[in-house]
Amino acid sequence: MTIDTMRLREDFPILKREVHGKPLVYLDNAATTQKPQAVIDALVEYYSSYNANIHRGIHALAEEATGKYEATRQKVADFIGAPDASNIVFTRNTTESINLVAQAWGRKSLSAGGEIVLSTMEHHSNLVPWQILAKEKGLTLRFIDIDDDGQLIAADIERCIGEKTKLVAITHMSNVLGTINPVREIADRAHQHGALILLDGAQSVPHLPVDVQELDCDFLAFSAHKMLGPTGVGVLYARNELLEEMNPFMSGGEMIRRVQLEESTWNDVPWKFEAGTPNIGDVCAFSASLDYLTDLGMENVRAHEIELVQEAVRRLANVPGITIYGPESAAGKGGVVAFNLEDVHPHDLGTVLDHHGVAIRAGHHCAQPLMKRLDVVATGRASFYVYNEPTEFDALIEGIEAAARLFRAPVHTGA
Amino acid sequence: MPQSIPEPEFDELYRELILDHYRSPRHNEPLVDADVVAEGYNPLCGDEIELRIDFKNGSVSDLSFGGRGCSISRASGSIMTDLVIGKPVADVRKLSELFNKMMTDPEAEVPEELGDLEALQGVAKFPVRVKCATLAWHTLEDGLKQREEGGHAVRHEE
Repeated sequence: MTIDTMRLREDFPILKREVHGKPLVYLDNAATTQKPQAVIDALVEYYSSYNANIHRGIHALAEEATGKYEATRQKVADFIGAPDASNIVFTRNTTESINLVAQAWGRKSLSAGGEIVLSTMEHHSNLVPWQILAKEKGLTLRFIDIDDDGQLIAADIERCIGEKTKLVAITHMSNVLGTINPVREIADRAHQHGALILLDGAQSVPHLPVDVQELDCDFLAFSAHKMLGPTGVGVLYARNELLEEMNPFMSGGEMIRRVQLEESTWNDVPWKFEAGTPNIGDVCAFSASLDYLTDLGMENVRAHEIELVQEAVRRLANVPGITIYGPESAAGKGGVVAFNLEDVHPHDLGTVLDHHGVAIRAGHHCAQPLMKRLDVVATGRASFYVYNEPTEFDALIEGIEAAARLFRAPVHTGA
Repeated sequence: MPQSIPEPEFDELYRELILDHYRSPRHNEPLVDADVVAEGYNPLCGDEIELRIDFKNGSVSDLSFGGRGCSISRASGSIMTDLVIGKPVADVRKLSELFNKMMTDPEAEVPEELGDLEALQGVAKFPVRVKCATLAWHTLEDGLKQREEGGHAVRHEE
């Protein structure tokens, strides 16, 4: 393996703890990731040595904090191949980034009769904001469906994206199936029809090399906490001319240039979209997670997860009664495996696994339409990151086998 | 470190009686032409329950439950059917009240009337699973209310 997991695990203090008397096996990384000591230290350093409000103070602490905050913006731009730091808006999370686009761009630029194209595998955060906007503006939502392998149906992409399409809002990587979507092809088709494309990068940016210029996307939304960073920091990347023409999102201090009693003018982008005091401490600590991932190399992160997902699927497939959802090939799949065990509800499975020290997610994963499409009420989901190693799957499999023994009716032999 | 919090006993959650009702749920065949149909839904975990209730002389004369759910929600529904069938509506309401009380206080003495429901007492120690246990009862309460008000299908959400 290109990533030395054993050495790397030393950087994550939480991985030393036990749960229910067993070593923690953390397989819920699609929900949130653990933090290396460097990120925790960066947070402590901000509050213990340069805590100040940014962009307005004329004292040394304010200058230091502003410098670090804006340097993180540049680091984010570099991490995703954005042309400039001004393409990066800090928000609270992916959900807020998508809402920002729906409110600040959608409400201004869309009108009745227009269409927004989504897919049936979207997280609620890339579905509900568009439902609300569609209702308000008289827009139509169209949905690209998936096939039984959990891939977007190519013919559906062609059918849905057409002359009336104004925006394609789609996940780069499914948080349930792990499917990595052909977003460059989708972007090309959207652009041919004069539409824009927004990528939900909550799962892709932490796990794959992502370059916004190569993908030719207009908007990209993701969260720091899913990539070793603190909670409370989201990112919106947008092309500069879009940010310029968009309305403000929230309003108040920081986002203004000149305020009069009756009207105001707006600050330059990206600050036009960052009303009020932002989450300075967490943004500064996010810088350390970007450094950590950059040092590892995103190609290596991806290669590590391909190995993990292959091994996880191989081990799970050997357990009688397991159904795995999503693409069969690890090459087209991120580090996520959604599965069900026959006769055992995922919540029961989750409880049994928890007592084996194994943290997985059980539920609908904020993707209820996808659950309906798969015809299940819920699934279990194991999701991986840089610090996971194949030996951890021993505890996962043991827990699943224990759940099967517990919940299945005893097998009656004989007549 | 948070490890000092006393750990709920795993065995208290999955008692043999619960597992038995989960594996072989009682009154799982939907009643045909039932007087009242009440649906329950727990959006947190996607659990669905459908109760079909017949009434006679102020009592619940028959009750079936179906749907998809975890062991706790299925066992709770199954034990409920056993306990409720044949009882006057007023007694059913009282049982429901006692059960809800048991779910909010894991240490309290379990009243005798609750019978086999006592097996679900351990669930109260697992806060995330309490709604699994109460879904069937809350749906039943909605069904009783529906009967009282002469209304039609209701859908209860936890």
